[in-house]
Amino acid sequence: MMDTLLLSRIQFGANISFHILFPTITIALGWVLLFFRLRYSATGDAKWIGAYRFWVKVFALSFALGVVSGITMSFQFGTNWPGFMERVGNIAGPLLAYEVLTAFFLEAVFLGIMLFGFSKVPAWLHTLATFLVAFGTTMSAFWILVLNSWMHTPAGFELRDGVAFATDWWAIIFNPSMPYRLVHMLLASGLTVAFLMAGLSAWRWLKGERTGELRMALRTGVTLAAVLIPLQILAGDMHGLNTLQHQPAKVAAMEANWDTRPNVPLVLFALPNSETRSNDYEISIPSGASIILKHDPAGVVPGLNDFVAEDGTPLHPPVAPVFWSFRIMVGTGMAMLAVSFAAAVLVWRRGQLETAAGTWGLRALVLMTFSGWVATLAGWYTTEIGRQPWLVQGVLSTAEAVAAVPAPMVLSTLVVYLAIYVALIAAYVSVLFYLAGKAVKGAVSPVAPAPLMPVRPVLQPAE
Amino acid sequence: MFADPALSLPVIFAGLMGLSILAYVVLDGFDLGVGILFPFAGNDERDRMVAAIGPFWDANETWLVLAIGLLLVAFPAAHGMILTALYLPVAVMLVGLILRGVAFEFRAKVAPPHKAMWNAAFFAGSLMTALSQGFMLGLYIMGLVWTPFTVGFALLTAVCLAAGYAFIGATWLIIKTEGALQKKAVRWARSGLYGVLAGLGAVSVASPLVSPRIFDKWFTLPDMLFLAPLPLLAVALVAMIHISLRHLPDSRDRFAYVPFVAATVLFAVCFAGLAFSFYPYVVPEKLTIYAAASAPESLAIILVGTVFVLPVIIGYTVLSYFIFRGKAGELRYD
Repeated sequence: MMDTLLLSRIQFGANISFHILFPTITIALGWVLLFFRLRYSATGDAKWIGAYRFWVKVFALSFALGVVSGITMSFQFGTNWPGFMERVGNIAGPLLAYEVLTAFFLEAVFLGIMLFGFSKVPAWLHTLATFLVAFGTTMSAFWILVLNSWMHTPAGFELRDGVAFATDWWAIIFNPSMPYRLVHMLLASGLTVAFLMAGLSAWRWLKGERTGELRMALRTGVTLAAVLIPLQILAGDMHGLNTLQHQPAKVAAMEANWDTRPNVPLVLFALPNSETRSNDYEISIPSGASIILKHDPAGVVPGLNDFVAEDGTPLHPPVAPVFWSFRIMVGTGMAMLAVSFAAAVLVWRRGQLETAAGTWGLRALVLMTFSGWVATLAGWYTTEIGRQPWLVQGVLSTAEAVAAVPAPMVLSTLVVYLAIYVALIAAYVSVLFYLAGKAVKGAVSPVAPAPLMPVRPVLQPAE
Repeated sequence: MFADPALSLPVIFAGLMGLSILAYVVLDGFDLGVGILFPFAGNDERDRMVAAIGPFWDANETWLVLAIGLLLVAFPAAHGMILTALYLPVAVMLVGLILRGVAFEFRAKVAPPHKAMWNAAFFAGSLMTALSQGFMLGLYIMGLVWTPFTVGFALLTAVCLAAGYAFIGATWLIIKTEGALQKKAVRWARSGLYGVLAGLGAVSVASPLVSPRIFDKWFTLPDMLFLAPLPLLAVALVAMIHISLRHLPDSRDRFAYVPFVAATVLFAVCFAGLAFSFYPYVVPEKLTIYAAASAPESLAIILVGTVFVLPVIIGYTVLSYFIFRGKAGELRYD
């Protein structure tokens, strides 16, 4: 029987995993929509507003899912983790309050104007509304990543009777890991949107659509992906070095390195064994991890065995989930690099998309449609499981913060939430492809077929 | 008393939280109410009902986030006590909010055969949210204690709040619609008013009986005289709503806003009465706002932001209602 702590962690983990899927899309998609809107204002070309109208629907749907799952989280702080607010509420409270005040209302109010105001307000106000929504989602990301970073690398506070009191708001906001984490997350959002846009557009292309708006969306998605992925690899590396400095146990788990020593290998595959405290079936590159983390083959890298209490209790995170999620994230990133570079050649060289290579490139993009989600979730699991057993590193443990709600009660709500989340993700993905299919139909047979007489458009390839 | 921030800040934040809850109950109340009225409307009418709330619902719901956020940041100890005591109704409410929030988007975007399913989800989500909020209100009045009696009372307030939301939703539709749908909305508002009256009666009788402290507040001189305007005002407003509903819809569409405005004032009056009953407690009879408040330095930094930002929020909210004024047409992205 699972205990309340584990169930509450799974519940919050499931909730935040579901939630992050949608802000990851809206944060960057808001700016891409602003780009489409500005191009339309500048050129007056209908293809830009066409692209805007398709993707604003995706934005609206993602936004609604993000809002409702976000509200769920704000309540779970109280229902499942009262210790969090009681102990560090003096820090977390103002950060969350500023998120609501500076971001939530801005997005929510101007979203209405952005979605339904095109013909009701002047063009400049519609553009401004689009900008304010994009700005609001980014502000929201800023505040929440400030808080999250503070939980990893707390600064600017003092403890009185176990309760944190703020001493320096500047140090709290610009805590040591915040700039790295924020940049890493914003780039992740950009990549998620880039591959979503490229993938869904590639799918429409393969179904036979050849409109100007589709070309622009495909080109925007692919270009954005190819530009952002090298930046993301660089930012990820810097974020890793920052983590090594502040949370060495997490990096040791990411590398499955048990002993502090020089010439630490880069483990490509292994089954970390927490019983024997070693790796089974390890395949590794000699001195690889030392070179990456210390830029020196003889560099000494801290190992997991440094983080064990005298009675043998591990004070480091569970190794296998951190090790594996890190590898999934990096592997997805490498696939993104290869696919986006190849696709960039295809979309920028005239006629390439109609060749056999073009078809394969487009298929690869379709396959990568949700790769941003995979990489983002894997990255979050790496960093958040990597913080265990702490909720706030060195200040508050996860076990101390959990509510004494009976386990069966948590289990029942968990089952309900999971069922809803699975159903909603399925509905979301199918609606995206339904909307894409509708766009294809509208493009290849501009005259809508009469109801009750389903006619397969001539130009549409067989499904 | 106001010279000492440890005493004045909790009162200010309790006031801000109260205002957020009131704004939420009125604003999300009317759009939840429209969802509750869904089964009574025809299929073609439902799109117009959603169009009447479409541009607003998201911002309306943000007041709940602000209210719970203020409870969380200003009174963290109370936040934990209240929410763990209300674990299950909160979960039901969250599921309801999820269902109706996503149904707004899905019902407009899915393939036509699936629309009926999302319409049902929109109704079910709205009703679940309203019922669970009413349940929480009832249990809060009963001191957050779970006994057969308190749960029975909470179930009663659950139904009454749902009726109240349907009522204020109907008064909103009277403003935003015309023709046959407006006529229907007037009928819905008339029926909903009975639910409001039942709820008002139940809460007014029960809260002084449950707590001697609240009884003394309302039935001791001279306080009784100062408080007398509240119930009298409530009676006058109910009469005003009743009379206006009998004369609506007006052939030249005059006075369509009267029931909604009067309902808003009525909700505010009832809320003021409740707030007065429970002050200074944030957890009934257990924890006062002073004992539950965060550190003054943390509250001060939030207050600075709030003083600057809240007027701006109110400003652009008013702008949005102004842009989408008048009768609701078809909701379109172009």
